[in-house]
Amino acid sequence: MRIQSPEVSLLRATFESRLKNRPRRVLGCFTALVLATLAVTGSIAVAQAPPAPQAPQSRFTVVLDAAHGGDDTGGHFKNGQLEKSLTLAFTTKLRSLLAARGINVVTTRDSDATVDDNHRIEVANHAQALACLSLHAAESGSGVHLFASSLSPAPTAHLYPWKTAQAVWVTRSLALTGDLNSALQHASVAVTLGRTALPTLDSMACPAVAIEISPERIPESATIKSAVDDPGYQTRVAEAIAAALLVWRSEAHQP
Amino acid sequence: MNIPRHQTVLFVLLLIASIAMGVVLWQLRERAHQRVLDGQDSAPTQAPAVAAAEEATLLVANDNDGSMLNQVHSLPLPQDPGARARAVLGKLLDIYAAPGATHPVPGGASAILQVFLLPIPATAQPGKTSEKPATATNTVAVPLTNGDTPVPADAQAAPEPTTPLLAVVNLTGSFANNHPSGLETETLTVLSLCGTLHANLPRVTQVRFLVDGQSRATLAGHADLSRTYLTSDAVASQP
Repeated sequence: MRIQSPEVSLLRATFESRLKNRPRRVLGCFTALVLATLAVTGSIAVAQAPPAPQAPQSRFTVVLDAAHGGDDTGGHFKNGQLEKSLTLAFTTKLRSLLAARGINVVTTRDSDATVDDNHRIEVANHAQALACLSLHAAESGSGVHLFASSLSPAPTAHLYPWKTAQAVWVTRSLALTGDLNSALQHASVAVTLGRTALPTLDSMACPAVAIEISPERIPESATIKSAVDDPGYQTRVAEAIAAALLVWRSEAHQP
Repeated sequence: MNIPRHQTVLFVLLLIASIAMGVVLWQLRERAHQRVLDGQDSAPTQAPAVAAAEEATLLVANDNDGSMLNQVHSLPLPQDPGARARAVLGKLLDIYAAPGATHPVPGGASAILQVFLLPIPATAQPGKTSEKPATATNTVAVPLTNGDTPVPADAQAAPEPTTPLLAVVNLTGSFANNHPSGLETETLTVLSLCGTLHANLPRVTQVRFLVDGQSRATLAGHADLSRTYLTSDAVASQP
């Protein structure tokens, strides 16, 4: 069979010009044929190879919902700070930590803008995230408060009621709460667990937890040890949450 | 020196006008004072002292650990279930408004405007969010006597004594506006109100909240007030 490929012809011509006698020409042609075949099949293999399988980590999406914003200031702290500013700052910090760990992050707001609750829910539900975190801050209480939806678990369905979509996911939300609780306690952060009726949380179609950061207090005297805006405290909490999400990612990808 | 006649007449007229205006102003002041007195809420905010003191169980919240603990208090409780519910909730909010409270919330007993107790229809689905929020005008509150409960206007028979009840708690706008903002603190307020109602009126299984007679989205930016709460949720939240 005669090979018509220009690559093969070029290689053969090169070798033929350098070989004087016939046995060498035959050997050269054979060598050229082998080399050309390897080259052509190699290039085809590279071109036709499917894209490198994406690592499971790159498909793991987390939604960060910085509560309040714009006209909705949230809570007013005694030092004049607003809840909306604290949640946005913490979200920015947590997003950086998660991105550094290869986690895809979707946020509901990146600036001090008024965001409708329904828009937050749409962003979260379209992201098809494996974890949705609604971030809040408060001056009362101590440590970090983790809340899952108070809705009763419901069986999986094709269509979810908008206001109670979380009912399908609440069992997984409680499992995510458990991972967050373990990581925060490992970081020596006091944790309070609870169930709540939060409109945005109840409508999220993903494992969702509301995280409220409160000042760190000395247990005996309730004196504030670290304020909510303390950078070191925020970093400790954010790193614990990131660690919990890494555990959650490994659990989520288990068969 | 002689005063001209026209000046004398003018002086007398001005004097008469001044006296007349003074009388009118005095009457207007009295009327305004009466209007203020009529506008004040004369409803009792405390349980009547003549009622016998009974033990009431209150679920008192603690912000430091997010817990709710049963506390038994002795207080005069009326026999009327609606007034009884209002009295125990008022006592709970008095505790929250006191200095050094574990769950500080300003307002006190006067934050509870009314508590309506309504029988729950058999078809009601507990735990589901109602698309049409209940308002004080949806039902007819009938005066309560000896353990009876308000019934809907179209009800044909009195409810069974074991019929579960929906409590509609009407809060003041100032209470909601001055409530500390926060997920935990608002949740604890709602759950402790629900749990306290159930502890003292076991037939109350569901609770809805109104603010100044109107439905409101959240208490202070977080806890959902547009849904019906199950008292079992509050009981389950106890350690």
